[in-house]
Amino acid sequence: MPEPSKSLLSVRDLRIQATSYPPGEAPKRITIVDGVSFDLEKGKVLGLIGESGAGKSTIGLAALAYGRGGAEITGGEVNLNGTNILALGKGGIAKLRGARVCYVAQSAAAAFNPAHKLGDQVIEASVKHGLMTKDEALKRALYLFRVLGLPDPETFGKRFPHQVSGGQLQRAMTAMALCPSPELIVFDEPTTALDVTTQIDVLAAIKHAIEETHTAALYITHDLAVVAQISDDIMVLRHGKTVEYGSVQQIIEAPQQDYTRALVNVRQATRKEAPDQSRPLLVVDDVSAQYSNGFKVLHNVSLHLCKGQTLAVVGESGSGKSTLARVITGLLPPSEGKVTFEGETLTPALKNRSRDELRRIQLIYQMADTAMNPRQTVRDIIGRPLTFYDGLRGAAKTARVKELLEQIEMGTGFVDRYPAELSGGQKQRVAIARALAARPELILCDEPTSALDPLVAEGILKLLMKLQEEQQLSYIFITHDIAIVRAIADSVAVMHRGRLVRFGPKSQALSPPFDDYTDLLLKSVPEMKLGWLEQVLTTRRMESAGN
Amino acid sequence: MNWTAEHASRSVSPFRQVDHVPMSNPTEMSNPTKTSNPTEIKPAEASSMPGLRLKARFPLLTLIAQRLLLSILLLFAVSILIFGGVEALPGDFASTYLGQSATPQAVANIRGELGLDRPLVSRYVSWLGGALQGDFGTSWASKNSVSEQVGKRLGNSLFLAGFAAVIAVPLAVGLGMLSVHFRDRMPDKIINVLSLAAISLPEFFIGYLLILYFAVNFGIATFPATVYEDMGLLERIKTIALPTATLVLVVLAHMMRMTRAAILSVMSSAYMETAELKGLSGWRAIVKHAAPNALAPIINVVALNLAYLVVGVVVVEVVFVYPGMGQYMVDAVTVRDMPVVQACGLIFAAVYILLNMVADILAIVANPRLRHPR
Repeated sequence: MPEPSKSLLSVRDLRIQATSYPPGEAPKRITIVDGVSFDLEKGKVLGLIGESGAGKSTIGLAALAYGRGGAEITGGEVNLNGTNILALGKGGIAKLRGARVCYVAQSAAAAFNPAHKLGDQVIEASVKHGLMTKDEALKRALYLFRVLGLPDPETFGKRFPHQVSGGQLQRAMTAMALCPSPELIVFDEPTTALDVTTQIDVLAAIKHAIEETHTAALYITHDLAVVAQISDDIMVLRHGKTVEYGSVQQIIEAPQQDYTRALVNVRQATRKEAPDQSRPLLVVDDVSAQYSNGFKVLHNVSLHLCKGQTLAVVGESGSGKSTLARVITGLLPPSEGKVTFEGETLTPALKNRSRDELRRIQLIYQMADTAMNPRQTVRDIIGRPLTFYDGLRGAAKTARVKELLEQIEMGTGFVDRYPAELSGGQKQRVAIARALAARPELILCDEPTSALDPLVAEGILKLLMKLQEEQQLSYIFITHDIAIVRAIADSVAVMHRGRLVRFGPKSQALSPPFDDYTDLLLKSVPEMKLGWLEQVLTTRRMESAGN
Repeated sequence: MNWTAEHASRSVSPFRQVDHVPMSNPTEMSNPTKTSNPTEIKPAEASSMPGLRLKARFPLLTLIAQRLLLSILLLFAVSILIFGGVEALPGDFASTYLGQSATPQAVANIRGELGLDRPLVSRYVSWLGGALQGDFGTSWASKNSVSEQVGKRLGNSLFLAGFAAVIAVPLAVGLGMLSVHFRDRMPDKIINVLSLAAISLPEFFIGYLLILYFAVNFGIATFPATVYEDMGLLERIKTIALPTATLVLVVLAHMMRMTRAAILSVMSSAYMETAELKGLSGWRAIVKHAAPNALAPIINVVALNLAYLVVGVVVVEVVFVYPGMGQYMVDAVTVRDMPVVQACGLIFAAVYILLNMVADILAIVANPRLRHPR
């Protein structure tokens, strides 16, 4: 860890507070960040890691003397080259932002202005702060587009944000931050919204650009495996307080605190696959599907799933994995092929399905909070399928709701709570209980854990496995996370651009020989070890040299 | 084609896409050759949907053409409504014209003279046919050509509305931006209170207030605001100062508040945070980053108010005795002069539809996603 005297950024005893307005109660003062101190040397990268609500983004923004959504910096110092920037006036702070300290947001798609060309936005701060002329800035932007590996760097700046892909936008955002040659860049989850195969490219580009320009960086993420590839030091945060602060090597290889150890060891579990996969419950037979405008999204997909087992469907955004779930539930009737369930063909369209067909297949969504009516209590949410399918009412219904709450390990005290009073993990548990209430045989899980923090996600996965064992449930588990696939699946289907690329029992599907796409996908998943990124990049270079 | 997509397509050759691992039960597996040949499907897809391709290639033109067609259809529907509505009005010209003591024979004579004994549909068709050629028939009351009268009066009305718009639109948008800049501070509050007061008073009341103070008490403005054909431009503008001020006050608040709301909703987006974190000045952030994205909703509310200016001018014209369409129409309604009422109604409707269509098209053009397709 660096000496405070030599450091570029020195944060001392930082305290950030906000006022929260809980409905029906008096406003409360809450502390988001409490007593955090760290030092960052020129050209070094510090990773800030923690789950949502840990205060990591808030600390990152404090380096620009900015409080998002009413957050106020109420104590401590943020020293940049020996000057406490919190003591600067409005004008002084404006001169600092976009010139000496720059920020890369999580969602570049939202952070770029849709009305202006990328190039204009990339050079805007440099020109407005008078750091360089427009020509010099354009030259620097071109250089940065090259360094970041953007396609057609000469004309890239002439495009609008909607004309390029998410990964390219994220790199353009990095170029925008690097353009004024700042002393410090704050990266706020820059690869979280990207597919793994894209993430690795952006990660490599960022690492390369940081090395090339000798800029110091704060790298904020919830993914320890990612931050291990790019940082020199790591600070683990929880509930706004420092849990552990040390070099990358120490944190990854010899974590001192229980919480850090849990983060390092998350999802190491591997489930043994079911040996017999020969008697299918659900068969998807040569199914194609298209949107009403004729755009074909699913091409001749065939796969099957056995009773009491889990089929993991893996793929990037746009691969058709969610569309497959929509076809099975009947939300999007297939244009060709059929889906059979226990040997009988399922009615294609949802609205024609019998109540029993509806009951047997249930869905769990990625965003539990948008999948629930915020004005209904847990009793109403779970009780609705009980009334709809089994005609339960009154005391019988409440008794069954309580029984289901016990099954999802939440306790009966939650019966009269509203979704807003539940945490993310609890909401997803209620969603699971709602699916269970229908006594289903198959549950389609559409990325149910990807919006959750790793340790909470682990709890949900364990719950799903326990329920499977108790009730012989079958799951189709849609995910982009290979680690989850290893942990829960019996069989695996890999999808790419609406086609099935690979399908089979897990042991065979995830072992060589691979097709090119599965190979790329598996190699792109960050591993919790030092030097993984370099290793992958070196292999790639050797392979492309070999070709 | 972007870099990542290229990369992925390079690494996955179409003939190796399905790489089924042998399963214990192969009976349900698909035929791999069928799955792995995309060329079987693609040509059929492309040729069966020429409309889709046209739409995909010129999204902007297609959308604009759609708006044009819809507007024409709407105008046609409105013409039926106007004709039917005027027809359904109680009372008729003949009995109003002849008074209460008219004999049934005299009423029937006049009805026959005006062609009112012909069936409804045939009268509608000949009216619409004439209207399409710019001929709205003859006024029953004055026996003059309606088109000729409308021509003069429409010019007057558009001049008044246009002059009011030239002042109101920039003022409203400017004030809206100003109140965003000073939001929740004194200037914002003052602008809000004043504009609310203006919008809360009906236009005839504002009109009379202005007459009372500026024409009667201070004597610095002209009343009545009657203009003549041989008036010079300056004199004309001086004459219409009061009705213009009334109209501006009436439409200003709505446009101003909508501009403020549109910009504020844009202000809460992530790219405005980006602008702030770039250290840009507040004014530059509003003008350069917020305004272009707030354009579409602002255009819509401006068009709505322009349409209101043209149509809502009716009351103001009557108050200020201004010889425009509104006064012409009100006079015609009192004597049941149907050709005039129908002509005015149709023209007002056409102006309304036209302005809204222009707003729609401008909002489409202001959208960078449609202006620069991928």
